[in-house]
Amino acid sequence: MLETKLAEQDWMSEVRAMVGREYGRVYAWDEVNAPMIRQWCEIMGVDNPMYTDATYAATTEYGGIVAPPAMLQAWCLEGLHANNYPPGSTTENPYEVLRLMEGQGYQSVVAVNSDLSFERYVKVGEKLYYTTRLDAVGEQKTTALGTGYFVTLIMSFFSEKPAGNEKVGELLFRVFKFSPANAQSATEAPVADAAPAAPKIKRPKPGMSDDTRFFWEGAAAGKLLIQRCKCCGTLRHPPGPVCTKCHSFEWDTVESAGKGSIYSFVVMHYPEVPPFDYPNPVGLIELDEGVRLVAGLVGVKRNEIGIGQRVQVEFQSFDDGELTLPLFRPVAP
Amino acid sequence: MTSKNTRRFDEVRAGEALPELAIPITVPLIAGGAIATRDYFPGHHDRDAARKLGSPHIFMNILTTSGLVQRYVEEWAGPGARFGSLKIKLGAPNYPGDTMTFTGEVSGCDAAKRSVEVTLKGKNSMGNHVTSTVAVVLP
Repeated sequence: MLETKLAEQDWMSEVRAMVGREYGRVYAWDEVNAPMIRQWCEIMGVDNPMYTDATYAATTEYGGIVAPPAMLQAWCLEGLHANNYPPGSTTENPYEVLRLMEGQGYQSVVAVNSDLSFERYVKVGEKLYYTTRLDAVGEQKTTALGTGYFVTLIMSFFSEKPAGNEKVGELLFRVFKFSPANAQSATEAPVADAAPAAPKIKRPKPGMSDDTRFFWEGAAAGKLLIQRCKCCGTLRHPPGPVCTKCHSFEWDTVESAGKGSIYSFVVMHYPEVPPFDYPNPVGLIELDEGVRLVAGLVGVKRNEIGIGQRVQVEFQSFDDGELTLPLFRPVAP
Repeated sequence: MTSKNTRRFDEVRAGEALPELAIPITVPLIAGGAIATRDYFPGHHDRDAARKLGSPHIFMNILTTSGLVQRYVEEWAGPGARFGSLKIKLGAPNYPGDTMTFTGEVSGCDAAKRSVEVTLKGKNSMGNHVTSTVAVVLP
């Protein structure tokens, strides 16, 4: 065990020693050119004429057609054949750190951040290249995907000029290099004709018991039902088997008029859990019948939500009718 | 010439919402976007290769996501806006048949640089595909 641990530290110190290393130029196969720009704009749906209309582009500060800034990285990609870089490019591998980690069992990779910044736009005819610096390798982290390391590379893009090369932009690229928590997804991936559908994230369903079923069945029928003690008539929510006042087990339900006011509320911002919309306002509603219940708020404008706000129930259906929820919408007092 | 107006720095306020933009995610968009950005990784154009990687279908590449973020901000800001930065954080993949809906708002204004920061997200049926901050300089 001790040997294993030492070995791990050895390879990790090799990785750490690489941080800060700079890698040589990788050139673009093609000069910045109008046809590639036009095709990029066509597929992206970008219609700014400074990328495609020479007459309009002549009126801008650049005096001619420029490339869309988000296209910067694309100019210097190798294309169809992996690692086939144009003449003059470095023979070093700027991604060697990732290869080293693969050898240690961190075989999967997912891109996390792509941060572009621009000194200026690039014009048709410019010849671009980039250099790479291994900026950082984080501490070991465990995420939902698995255990591994965040690796940050910074690529600096330049335009080659006789009078001196000019920096035109930068890309901070961060990946998570990891050993998958659920390795079977890679090895047992289905290849048969029965294609798995893209997973659809549904609303979480409420737990249902003999005590609460009436509430959800009522909601499905468009009714907001409150539990009522058959013995003393006390209303109660959330539902339970026993009257908290007279301890009777006998109960029935009464339909609420669905009107009430916000007793308290919270607005969820982070983390954003699908499939909910954010910001996500949730209210503690005091119904006019006297009981309180927790429910989502709809039609609430930011900064217009407040304690005492009058609300009215409405029922919304989710996931093709699998779930109906009572939600509350603000109404005039 | 263009018929579109460019938003002026003085007419933009922090908190202002950008109009929503829904983008249908299709095979031509994913495969065409990958090739237009010179990204021939098989998972972006070959469904069988994508399935071997454990994905139900081909998935959008990062450079297409960046391109669509540029489009969303540029459609709001206008042709005279100049991008200073475009930062994206990636989440749920974009698969064909889904729809990605962009929402965003102005999260900051820097009067000295006439630069406006937009914070946005592109959400699909599985959650946020992308969250992003973009800085544009306005006239």
